[in-house]
Amino acid sequence: MKYVLAVLVENKPGVLVRVAGLFARRGFNIESLAVGKTVDPAISRMTIEVEADEKTLEQVVKQLNKLINILRISNLTHEPSVNRELVMIKVKANATNRAEIQQIVETFRAKIVDVSLHSVIIEITGNEEKLEAILLLLSHYGILETVRTGKIALLRGSKVTKNGEVKENGKDVL
Amino acid sequence: MVIEALKKENVDVIFGYPGGAVLNLYDRLYDADIRHVLTRHEQAAVHAADGYARVTGRPGVVFATSGPGATNLVTGIATAYMDSVPLVLITGQVSSPLIGTDAFQEADIFGITLPITKHNYLVTEIADLPRIMKEAFYLATSGRCGPVLIDLPKDIQQAEGEFRYPKTVQIPGYNPTYDGHLGQINRAIKALARAKKPVLYVGGGVVSSGADQLLLELAERTEAPVTTTLMGLSAFPGCHPLALGMLGMHGTYWANIAVNEADLLVAIGARFDDRVTGKLNRFAQGAKIVHIDIDPAEIGKNVRVDVPIVGDVKRVLTELLKKTEAKQHPDWLARIEELKNCAPRGYCQEPDGELLPQFVIESIYRETKGEAVITTEVGQHQMWTAQYYKFKNLRSLASSGGLGTMGYGFPASLGAQLGRPEETVFCIAGDGSFQMNSQELATAVNYNIPVKVAIINNQYLGMVRQWQQIFFQRRYSSVALGKGPDFVKLAEAYGAVGLRAEKAAEVAVVLRQAMATPGPVVMDFRVRAEENVFPMVPPNCPTCEMIRGDEE
Repeated sequence: MKYVLAVLVENKPGVLVRVAGLFARRGFNIESLAVGKTVDPAISRMTIEVEADEKTLEQVVKQLNKLINILRISNLTHEPSVNRELVMIKVKANATNRAEIQQIVETFRAKIVDVSLHSVIIEITGNEEKLEAILLLLSHYGILETVRTGKIALLRGSKVTKNGEVKENGKDVL
Repeated sequence: MVIEALKKENVDVIFGYPGGAVLNLYDRLYDADIRHVLTRHEQAAVHAADGYARVTGRPGVVFATSGPGATNLVTGIATAYMDSVPLVLITGQVSSPLIGTDAFQEADIFGITLPITKHNYLVTEIADLPRIMKEAFYLATSGRCGPVLIDLPKDIQQAEGEFRYPKTVQIPGYNPTYDGHLGQINRAIKALARAKKPVLYVGGGVVSSGADQLLLELAERTEAPVTTTLMGLSAFPGCHPLALGMLGMHGTYWANIAVNEADLLVAIGARFDDRVTGKLNRFAQGAKIVHIDIDPAEIGKNVRVDVPIVGDVKRVLTELLKKTEAKQHPDWLARIEELKNCAPRGYCQEPDGELLPQFVIESIYRETKGEAVITTEVGQHQMWTAQYYKFKNLRSLASSGGLGTMGYGFPASLGAQLGRPEETVFCIAGDGSFQMNSQELATAVNYNIPVKVAIINNQYLGMVRQWQQIFFQRRYSSVALGKGPDFVKLAEAYGAVGLRAEKAAEVAVVLRQAMATPGPVVMDFRVRAEENVFPMVPPNCPTCEMIRGDEE
């Protein structure tokens, strides 16, 4: 099944290579990986989506923990959390069907961010189900290109991790 | 700055090889009172540092230049990584502005060694250097030990900076667990109390933790027989009545059967390697498994574990022994005695027959009374050493286990001898693997490092030949080494002493002569060419299904 891990790492050169290399050489599959700074610029947060069975996931987490630059790993899979991914989709469009596409975009609360004579670019944020639904629908018009950010996730409510231990200078960094 | 840090870490010897990108480092070394041993190949420098580390427990330190100097370290680093040996490696790098431009002797050693180091660094600011040095030694020697590499660009070596060596390290992402979970330890105590057929399965973790005495006490108090991995051989006296010897692919018959029949298997500082377990789902099927290891990732990696204990072996055993009750297992020990009695005798040396490799190794054991420090290369001779040399003392064996690196043993013996100058150091080698680093005879002679190299010379890459014989119908493909060099003359050419034995009666004479010689000695033992290592568990078979060797 798919698991979502939130991984806090030191923002140092080579960290991404360490993580990606670990997945590659131990035969773990990355479904998606998104990375960016936290409010503390010394710490970055990765959201890694992993396709694995439970035993493999345990190894993934344990092996990741051995990397010196990794600070904390939280498994958000079974926690109430908000999962989002941003996708930009370039779709074939012309004067006759542009309005129809516009309707789909509104229904999905997506946005048209670029229009040309023969295409539009649609920006949409959501969970996997929603994204798959709109992609399926738009494929009817001909999808020219897509780009995805990879999944990012945050726990719901005020808690930051299971035991809320991750704090830097008194403020939460997750 | 590097030299200052090494002094702070009480480093007494560096193994290395200079070059363009470490000129500044070596210039500083010129005035320092730290010994530097110049090997004849960078690979030998790492192996020597590794041998030094394994027999002393102190981290081995290596210098090498950028590019080829650094890449020549790779095999040695991987060897140390697989066997959790503490090393600190410092490589020169081209100047920071040149990095990434394919400059002369530039190689991305940081990238290359990412998967084979515990951690590595590329220094970008001189101000970071003291902290990085401190962290490197701390990381290498704490938790599960391992090699740490520091890549040091030339301009950083030239830079001046204030040297303030930190007293402590702060690495937020690194907190090894040393104390075992008390609840789990109590479960282990209960399991030991309940067990009728316990076996202790001991690995290198007991060696690196220095827990041999605690292990001895645990074994004797619970009357539990002890089997060790190759890495764990020196953790338990080989001639102790509870010693089963090594287990696994070339383990003893009785050790493998005992593990198969056990109702409790206590794995201590071991990692259920495929050479140990054979076919995984048939390994120790009837046993409850207790696993003690400092690396949480090892627990449950290969086998299901009933009682997981993450912690330092020494601390966990200390805690465990507080409440472990004495037990007797007369029936179980009788069963093991029975197994020992029905196992075939390993070899039979005819006085006038061809010299047998097992006899040579058993003779080394006899002549050194099991007290020598032994290093081995990799192959048949390594397995025979594990079978016939009964190790008495902790840290008396250095052998490449996980990676199985041919060419390891001879340079490792040089490091081992420098680490333990008072002791007799033997390198038991094959004629194949010795030739992978035989150039180090020059180092041995140059520094008068009095190691005794015993070449078990069968003129074959023996282990590969054995597999070709058994699994490929004797189609010997590229395993014959032919006559090879005259090892006696080779030794003499370098200025060492060369000796040869071809008959059983000559073996003890040669060994005594070697031990009486103050400098390095190479002994060429001309043994039977097609002798095989038995017992043998064919790959992917359960370990109870051994080719015993008496069926032939």
